[in-house]
Amino acid sequence: MTIATALDRTLTAVPTELAHGRGGGGPAPKRIVVAYGFWIFILSDMVMFSALFAAYAVLSGNNAGGPTAPELFNLRNVFISTMCLLLSSYTCGIGVLSAEREQPTLFLVFAILTFALGAAFLFIEATEFAGMVAKGAGPWRSAFLSSFFTLVGTHGVHVASGLVALVYLMAQVRTHGLRPAVLRRLLCWSLFWHALDIVWVGVFTLVYLMGGH
Amino acid sequence: MHNPERVFDDRTPGVEEHEPTASYLSYSVGLGLAIIATIASFIVAQTNLLWAPGIPVGLIVLALAQIGVHLVFFLHLGSGPDSTNNILALAFGVLIVFLVIAGSVWIIANLNSNLMPIPQ
Repeated sequence: MTIATALDRTLTAVPTELAHGRGGGGPAPKRIVVAYGFWIFILSDMVMFSALFAAYAVLSGNNAGGPTAPELFNLRNVFISTMCLLLSSYTCGIGVLSAEREQPTLFLVFAILTFALGAAFLFIEATEFAGMVAKGAGPWRSAFLSSFFTLVGTHGVHVASGLVALVYLMAQVRTHGLRPAVLRRLLCWSLFWHALDIVWVGVFTLVYLMGGH
Repeated sequence: MHNPERVFDDRTPGVEEHEPTASYLSYSVGLGLAIIATIASFIVAQTNLLWAPGIPVGLIVLALAQIGVHLVFFLHLGSGPDSTNNILALAFGVLIVFLVIAGSVWIIANLNSNLMPIPQ
């Protein structure tokens, strides 16, 4: 097959003159570029989490004679907080969808639901941490607990900053309405929130389920 | 089959474009599948449903399945030509994540098995 026919077949499969951002039809629209940049940021955040996951995987057995995972974890609470985060990811998706469809009231309803579910998740996690510290199982006790608090705590800090950003975005929707710039920020925020849920799937599987029975 | 009206755009992750009616359905299907995968993981971890040495493998498979559900139904990463850039970036991210985690576990396991036993 000559290069000319190969090129010709590609052109029939995907008309490149219509493919923005891939050599034809001019540069991609701003929201595509912005969301792609944010997607790269999220992937770099995932790489950071992978280092914390690796540290936990390596250190989870080194409990220095202190409490072990099955003694500390309450899987019923973990299940409830997992469901909270999953449902908040769902309401976040529906909320951004309503914003895209120019339904600001519906967006605010789902944003408040998302906030409540995220806050419930954080509350359960904070209670768990406080209970562990009260039992003398703080991050200083063993390498296992240091890596546990670092991994789960970093995820919790991400959730907390996501909640702060959500309040800020709700205020923007209230004051500015759903203009394109606000919609772009909402889109990026929803990517961040979905990504946190993906990290949590790794956390509850590796930390709680594989270590806690 | 090919629709000449359709513009092949780069697609943002997180948004289902060109298919406005499928979106609520997509999120709901994703939520249902994710709940099933979560419940299955908790059941597998706490019962003897799976052969005991196979439980970690089963949990990893369920977690990967759930991550796939999140990517497809919540972040709308598809196999279409308009997701190519997002998928390529994701593939690179997955490569680095795999290298960091698998590499660390492998190296440290090797180191541990080569250490002299600590005198009791």
